[in-house]
Amino acid sequence: MRVEDGERGMIISVASGKGGTGKTTVAVGLALSLNDVQFLDCDVEEPNAHLFLHPRITETSPAFIPIPDIVEAQCDYCGKCQEVCAFNSIAVLKNPETRKGSVLVFDHLCHGCGACCILCPRGAVRERLKEIGIVQKGSARNLSFVHGRLNIGEVMSPPLIRQVKKAMTPGRTIIIDAPPGTTCPVIEAVKGSDFCILVTEPTPFGLNDLALAVDVLKTLRIPLGIVLNRSDIGDDSIAAYARENNIPLLMSIPFDREIAVAYSRGVPMVDVKKNYVPLFRNLFERIRKAT
Amino acid sequence: MKQIVVISGKGGTGKTILTACFAVLADRKVLVDCDVDAADLHLLLHPVNREHHEFKSSQVAEIQPARCSRCGLCIDLCRFDAIESDFVVDPISCEGCGLCSRICPVDAVSMKDRVSGEWFVSDTRYGPFVHARLGIAEANSGKLVTLIRQTAKEIAVRDNLDYVIIDGPPGIGCPVMASLADTDLALVVTEPTVAGIHDLSRIIDVTHRFQTSAGVVINKFDLNLSKSGEIERLCGSSGVDIMGKIPFSAQVPRSLVKGVPFVELFRDPVAAEITSVWKKAAAAAGPQE
Repeated sequence: MRVEDGERGMIISVASGKGGTGKTTVAVGLALSLNDVQFLDCDVEEPNAHLFLHPRITETSPAFIPIPDIVEAQCDYCGKCQEVCAFNSIAVLKNPETRKGSVLVFDHLCHGCGACCILCPRGAVRERLKEIGIVQKGSARNLSFVHGRLNIGEVMSPPLIRQVKKAMTPGRTIIIDAPPGTTCPVIEAVKGSDFCILVTEPTPFGLNDLALAVDVLKTLRIPLGIVLNRSDIGDDSIAAYARENNIPLLMSIPFDREIAVAYSRGVPMVDVKKNYVPLFRNLFERIRKAT
Repeated sequence: MKQIVVISGKGGTGKTILTACFAVLADRKVLVDCDVDAADLHLLLHPVNREHHEFKSSQVAEIQPARCSRCGLCIDLCRFDAIESDFVVDPISCEGCGLCSRICPVDAVSMKDRVSGEWFVSDTRYGPFVHARLGIAEANSGKLVTLIRQTAKEIAVRDNLDYVIIDGPPGIGCPVMASLADTDLALVVTEPTVAGIHDLSRIIDVTHRFQTSAGVVINKFDLNLSKSGEIERLCGSSGVDIMGKIPFSAQVPRSLVKGVPFVELFRDPVAAEITSVWKKAAAAAGPQE
């Protein structure tokens, strides 16, 4: 993924722990302040960046996960697949008298590990592909755009996030808008980043969830910095936390009704507050020097 | 006993603030925080932990280097790229499927139980509270949600309580579905923004799929009246009731900083609207049997 120094692209992810702190606002603001960026919206459960960037979509492709498909003609209902499935997604029912039975597959529990298929003694488990969502590519203003949309009713977002990230072009500056939280979808989104920006707000909720997100990034050994959004609405606990933990506070964005209203209408903050463009460029330079 | 879940699709719309107010307003209830990866409700309810449990739900592979013949079969077959080229398992990528331990020709891989988090039963001024903390970079949040909801339900039955009030996670994925299953009412908190509306329409589809009756609360509705109108039209056409429109208030972050549920600290139009939302939600969840 890495190209020689000088021409090396950089992958910057924007995450938060707590939802609604301004990840998309910051990711979009940063992307629009730079040139030749590839933007990836990896919040596949609730992708929002397209609402601000209005990309022209040029390519839509389905994303699949493999799930077991039982070939009943070859199955003797021995129960091996049920035994090896760590996720309880297969149940084998057998009538001991007739030696007939049936196999139930619970798609939503399946992680696609392939154990049932590989370990079936009779080759009676095949895999079929099930669509879980779509990946769309396109362009918006000066950047190229990729996002994923998980189908309603699907639970496995990490495989779709992996598909979105396959579209990354090595050597370019890549900005990833991550989902909220601290578990599998977030890890899938930020994994492999050169730097992660954590967006938070100065409240006890913001602080609590920031600290969780910092732990995740430290576990993944990803360098990080903080952007404090609505920096004047609460207390000064985030600044104190950043100092104590030696984490750079990269930027503060005070609450501004004009930004909030622009956001509500789907207008990027840098369109209504042009003074943030050089601030985002500075932020980018600081990150580049730090990595 | 009725179960009411507060969800939103989009994060940061005010789920937890509203749930904490319900903790004050509802009688005879147990509270559950199902946002197990970034739980915040405890910051307003100040629980005293009574029970502490480890959450063990999965396993992780471990390779014994002395036995390993470095044949590479496990690396080839692992779908999660969890085994590095030096035959060390990356516990973050390992999903615990156990395939490697079953196919290893020299029996060098064993599966170990992993503690993926912890969960608590606590006392608060407002009643019993069940909450959890998923470990750093752990998975299985859906299972943990199901476990703490089951515990809360048992407490409600045991103590003959009227409500299980659930603070849900953002999104539409695994932990959201586990929070939503088998509830009497899903209260969806949204905001009048393009992102709020987009995510609202997706989460309403999820509630329809679960055949859960849903109600909507528009938070900060006066930040964009035309978007609030759009939400009302969307709800009208989806057959979902609007249960309240809460005005923007700079006091809300102050209540967070003080660590107190909003309705306990302020008696203003915002608090009045939240009180009215609770009454409507309780009515919509149906009469107690």
